[in-house]
Amino acid sequence: MSATLDATAEEQAADLVLTQNLKGFIEEKKSVPGSLISVLHRIQNHFGFVPRSVAKETAALMGVPLAKIYGVITFYHYFRTDKPGRHEIAVCMGTACYLKGGQDLIDELETLLGCSCGETSADGEFSISAVRCIGCCGLAPVMTVDGEVHGNLKPEDLAGIVAKYRET
Amino acid sequence: MDTILCSINGIPVQVEKGATVLEAARKVQVNVPTLCNHPDLPPWAACGICVVKVEGSNKMLRACATPVEEGMRILTHDPEIYRVRKTVIQLILSTHPNDCLQCSRNGNCELQRLAADFGIREHPFPQRLRNLPVDDSTPAIVLNPEKCVQCGRCAIVCQQLQNVWALEFLGRGESTRIAPAADVRLDESPCIKCGQCSAHCPVGAIYEKSDNEEVWAALQDPDKHCVAQIAPAVRVAIGEAFGYEPGELLTGKLYAALRRLGFKAVFDTNFGADLTILEEGHEFIERFTNNSAPLPLITSCCPAWVDYLEKYYPDMIPNFSTAKSPHAMVGALAKTYYPQKTGLDPEKIFVVSIMPCTAKKFEILRSREMYSSGRQDVDISLTTRELARMIKASGIDFRRLPDETADSLLGAYAGAGTLFGATGGVMEAALRTVQSVLTGQELETVEFTDIRGLDGVKSATYTVTGKPVRVAVAHGMANIASVLDQVRAARENGSPPPYDFIEVMACRGGCVGGGGQPYGANDEIRAMRAKGIYRDDAGSKKRCSHQNPEVQRLYGDFLGKPLGKKSHELLHTKYTPRPIYQR
Repeated sequence: MSATLDATAEEQAADLVLTQNLKGFIEEKKSVPGSLISVLHRIQNHFGFVPRSVAKETAALMGVPLAKIYGVITFYHYFRTDKPGRHEIAVCMGTACYLKGGQDLIDELETLLGCSCGETSADGEFSISAVRCIGCCGLAPVMTVDGEVHGNLKPEDLAGIVAKYRET
Repeated sequence: MDTILCSINGIPVQVEKGATVLEAARKVQVNVPTLCNHPDLPPWAACGICVVKVEGSNKMLRACATPVEEGMRILTHDPEIYRVRKTVIQLILSTHPNDCLQCSRNGNCELQRLAADFGIREHPFPQRLRNLPVDDSTPAIVLNPEKCVQCGRCAIVCQQLQNVWALEFLGRGESTRIAPAADVRLDESPCIKCGQCSAHCPVGAIYEKSDNEEVWAALQDPDKHCVAQIAPAVRVAIGEAFGYEPGELLTGKLYAALRRLGFKAVFDTNFGADLTILEEGHEFIERFTNNSAPLPLITSCCPAWVDYLEKYYPDMIPNFSTAKSPHAMVGALAKTYYPQKTGLDPEKIFVVSIMPCTAKKFEILRSREMYSSGRQDVDISLTTRELARMIKASGIDFRRLPDETADSLLGAYAGAGTLFGATGGVMEAALRTVQSVLTGQELETVEFTDIRGLDGVKSATYTVTGKPVRVAVAHGMANIASVLDQVRAARENGSPPPYDFIEVMACRGGCVGGGGQPYGANDEIRAMRAKGIYRDDAGSKKRCSHQNPEVQRLYGDFLGKPLGKKSHELLHTKYTPRPIYQR
């Protein structure tokens, strides 16, 4: 997942700042060596990603360079640096799904949604990510949308599925 | 001292406890091939080229990061080790562009040298390039991540030696790249343009933004009157590009080379350094004797340091000397005083500074005060490396050049001026003049050796007219925090400051170790270059800036007195707090 900086509008949005609760947690953790990751986990859980504005605030509060925070959040796949879509699509790229055409599904989704894997569509509705085996290889190729499994997929099925979620 | 005994290729060798296999091997005349390793930096073990065999270990170990143990039996080369190293190099080359001929490091690239030494003739692995964009957003440094071999030197230098944290590893695995946080551009990052990344990069992934073409064009332009000036540290390092030992003093040949390149007048930044001392020295005397502004006074000749202070220590701006750096002073005078004396049209004068520094390229554009002559005071700042290329491209046989002298008006210098090239030198030069001015007598001993050398922070107390002057000297940006944090703490506690005068240079060793100097600097080379600086000083007839006859004439004919109205217009600048991240 690439760290983009297109979040300027979000950064200005008032709600992308540390909550009192998060500030308290940082205060508690900042003198404990090795606690940066646990702080970033809390932030990711709260916002669904690590907004740049919040990363900057955290850097200042913890006395840690911003570069270090980005080193961590771009290293671990758990963290994301851009806001996830309203619906999160995860395409399985485990061995079975890969062999059965997982990449074709990603290609089709990228075309349908106009964003790359690892990104969020411009309207903020969907984000696409590739994941490892989700444990239902018998249904390969599979993807999940907001955790719901869709199996035995062909690229031509995807437009309908996307349209259905768009309405909900 | 604890020593341990090991054997390398069957030869017994005694090393200090804690020594690495790499260091031990040197003792038996083996330079194990390396790429990521650098003597300035802790071992990082990123590249895997330095693998060796150790008896009893079933895998090959990296010589750079393996401490020697008692009785260790090490083999540094055999056909298998050779093949593994060759494969590692081929793997690195498989993700590295093949455009050596157009590369900024052509001819002095560490990867190219390894490929040559190992006789790489084929590509067993398919080429996989990433098409990452080039970042040329600053006027000083270009980052081309496509060429990066992920050795990590630049990021570690930026973080640990410089404490700037502009660069970091982003991503992981094959998508790892070196970039500023959140992929902002370098000009939006905390980068201070010191260029230590470029001086430490083994390949062409980070390098100075070259202004050679502009200089060639200006030299050809009949409407331009090109003048050059050379910084103190250039004269003791440029020889390395022409086969001299580091530290060889080549001032006379440099003057000759610049004239033969086509410069109409050759000035010396050392003259500007003497002038800086008069301005900054009087600033100090004002503050020290009249409490006109806060102490400590902090030097401001280093543009990377200026940038760092504006970002990281904006609360110290009132302590910062407002004196411009020496080459900026010479630039301003080359477009005012020089044409006034010679009748030249200032519009036609084109000033080129030859600097050991990449940040000077940024400094010449940094604020309105850099246009004090009514136009850009210094038009181009070239690094030592760029000048060496111009001399080579022109075919000038540098080694056989006669020694020439600088042009008058802005060319003479005292020993003090040349000291600016080494850490502690600005302070030493200032102390010479400050003491003479305050006591009204010339000094018997002009050398202040306590503040010389490569210790990261040096401090001393000197007595001037019965009062102690407490000075501190820091170099290598990461060393400044310990000094300035003491000053901050004293201020917050309401206690007197721990120092009266502080000198800071961003690069290790000062300008002799600058980011624009010939490649390959390490502490040994920095010390050799500094020796050349001290030889230049010791061999000077005048040792103190205020004794420089051309500086005296400048004040008499043009400026009036130090800190006077004209000085303030032309020779002083202002500072502004800046955000660490521009966005």
